[in-house]
Amino acid sequence: MSFLHQLRAEWAKFHSVRAWILAVLGAAVVTAALGPLNLSTQHAPSGGPGPTLVRGPDGQAVNDSFYFVRRHLAGDGTITARITELSGITVTGPDRVSHEVQGWAKAGIIVKQSLTPGSPYAAIMLTGAHGVRFQDGYTHDTAGPARTVPCWLRLTRSADTVTGEESSDGTHWQRVGSVRIPGLAADAPAGLFVTSPSTVHVAAIDVPQTNPAAAVATFGPVALTGAWTPEPWSGAQFGGLGTSGDYPPGVDGGFTGNADAALTVTGAGDIAPVVGGSVLGNGATVEGFVGGTFAGLIALVVVAALFITTEYRRGLIRTTLAACPRPVRVLGAKTTVVACLGFTAGTLGATVAVLAGHHIADAHGIYTVPVTTPTLLRVEIGTGVLSAAMAVLALALGAVLRSGATAITVVIVATVVPYLLAVSPGLPTVAAQWLLRVTPAAGFAIRQSLPRFAQVDSSYIPPDGYFPLAPWAGAAVLCGYCVVAFTAASFLLRRREV
Amino acid sequence: MSQHRQSATHKQSSSPANVIEVCEVSKRFGTVTALDGVSFAVRRGLVTGMVGPNGAGKSTVLRVILGLHRPDTGRALVDGRPYRDLSRPLTRVGSLLDASALHPARSARSHLRWLAHSQGIRATQADRLLERVGLASAARRRCGGFSLGMRQRLGLAAALLADPAAVLLDEPFNGLDPEGIVWMRELLAGLAAEGRAVLVSSHLIGELQQVAQHLIVLGTGRVLADAPVAELLTAQGPERADLEGVYFRLTQNAVRYQSSNAWRQA
Repeated sequence: MSFLHQLRAEWAKFHSVRAWILAVLGAAVVTAALGPLNLSTQHAPSGGPGPTLVRGPDGQAVNDSFYFVRRHLAGDGTITARITELSGITVTGPDRVSHEVQGWAKAGIIVKQSLTPGSPYAAIMLTGAHGVRFQDGYTHDTAGPARTVPCWLRLTRSADTVTGEESSDGTHWQRVGSVRIPGLAADAPAGLFVTSPSTVHVAAIDVPQTNPAAAVATFGPVALTGAWTPEPWSGAQFGGLGTSGDYPPGVDGGFTGNADAALTVTGAGDIAPVVGGSVLGNGATVEGFVGGTFAGLIALVVVAALFITTEYRRGLIRTTLAACPRPVRVLGAKTTVVACLGFTAGTLGATVAVLAGHHIADAHGIYTVPVTTPTLLRVEIGTGVLSAAMAVLALALGAVLRSGATAITVVIVATVVPYLLAVSPGLPTVAAQWLLRVTPAAGFAIRQSLPRFAQVDSSYIPPDGYFPLAPWAGAAVLCGYCVVAFTAASFLLRRREV
Repeated sequence: MSQHRQSATHKQSSSPANVIEVCEVSKRFGTVTALDGVSFAVRRGLVTGMVGPNGAGKSTVLRVILGLHRPDTGRALVDGRPYRDLSRPLTRVGSLLDASALHPARSARSHLRWLAHSQGIRATQADRLLERVGLASAARRRCGGFSLGMRQRLGLAAALLADPAAVLLDEPFNGLDPEGIVWMRELLAGLAAEGRAVLVSSHLIGELQQVAQHLIVLGTGRVLADAPVAELLTAQGPERADLEGVYFRLTQNAVRYQSSNAWRQA
């Protein structure tokens, strides 16, 4: 009961200082506006609008790009092939090319639900460095034995179930994976595929670089059983090149030879989820839309710290403690006020920023990396959580230090500075990642929207939006700092005389 | 400690008229002994004046009563309980320690309204009190622009906001114009007449002369006198019925900050 009285009193104190209310409104406005405004100054990449990203079955952005040598399987059936060679063509420098194959170059057998990019599929494949894999749905990756050439692969379709097997000798088979693809078309496109992502080179300090790469695979005799349509094999690059594939200069996708003897296929691209980093190019991201959070946070930090330090400066703290002689209750009420205001300003600002950002990106022909609804909500609510936590940290430090300028400086040095250092190129990656693990700046992880997958190489480093901690783990680190600061403030408020 | 508790209980039971009791309170700040075994009571229906030179411990003892300072020994009780144990303290004790303790951007009305919220009383009380202290016309002005006299009035309104049984005022006459001083005296007398316990500190005995019925004289942290004003005047002798004379006689050896004689002679 009495806590509610104090809460009401602290809220009345807060809203009766107009500058503080304006600062909170300002925080919401800059959170909403700065990201989209920054975007509106950008222009679409030369040569017209950028590529439209393909969405996979879960709604997330995927790459569905490979060289496809196909026929149609109009019912149950199998396809068996031996891979005798897998090599690559990789650009290693100006006018220099090697035959190195990318670790996640893929050559194998695929069945797709339809010829629409982004449609469900299942595939068994040999990779450049990660052995045999069975993959489906763009994000699911099942490891098989760590084989190299030669090896045998087989894909079996039975109604809407697709099973991948592999063998080292063509006689003893081992199942790698199996998946149901609901709604698999009666005559599903199926056949051989080869694809290779571009190289990603993450140096310790330099800006990550990508170079075009293709893969070349030779398939031995291809054996078909079941309901295959009577047509010749046809080959084409499927789904463009996506965000992470590029043919080296002078190299094109294609196939030569005969399926009954040997077929050599060259391909580039990837069948995988889109990730951020150097492979993403000029796309807009959801966390880019909420880039104005920074300015908003600074306003909130200032107000939250002043909310308590002005009471010390003016001697008002005595009036407050005479009215409520329980210092922790006072601190709790103040904390609740700034946390609620921070959360509301952050969440509202981020929600508007995301809407405006999408709108402006579309208007400027910049593609936005699609994210799932839970991710979008996490970014929006996470911005609120981040704002609330920063406000609480500033308030608690204000109570500890009793000086607005000192508290504000400490909070900014402890959070904004490590964040800016970590996300600007120039700091060694390891140092950047430690900064984002152990400082309150870890909390910014809550806003990362770009996914990370083991089966996709990219520059998963802070400047590209990848934090060393998972979103809520990062938020937990920041909240841990808040708890420590609140506890210290409670202890000191109880002990100190005013 | 148990001794103090006993004496407090004893005093309370013997004198229900005592709203505030200070029992054997000592308080040191570093090497300075601010209070040295101070005991007194503030009774209902009287204006009790607390006088003493600068540094006598007047503000410190008020802060001890309000739970803002913890005494090294002894205790201060309000209605027989430590201030910190009161659930809605402003309904028991209203206080004015520092009239300038205001946020300059907040209006007088907002200042009183947050105080009202903190005690769970109606916020409309704020307007009634502003009327009572003569600040109704300045209610919505930012109190950063208030004169010291206006701040004293606002502080008084804050002290009376929750209709307390006891009122503690630290130097309420500071900054008031002569008309304000008269008004303040009348108001204090009125509060006592309503049955409240009123404790007013001042370093100028003259301000209290016409309003206090009881006087506590503090000097270097000790109680030098604790008696009805009439009694003090009688002790002085019939030929000099002057409180100032009483005060100087009592405090002549208990002044912490004194100008040097050399300066006086010059």
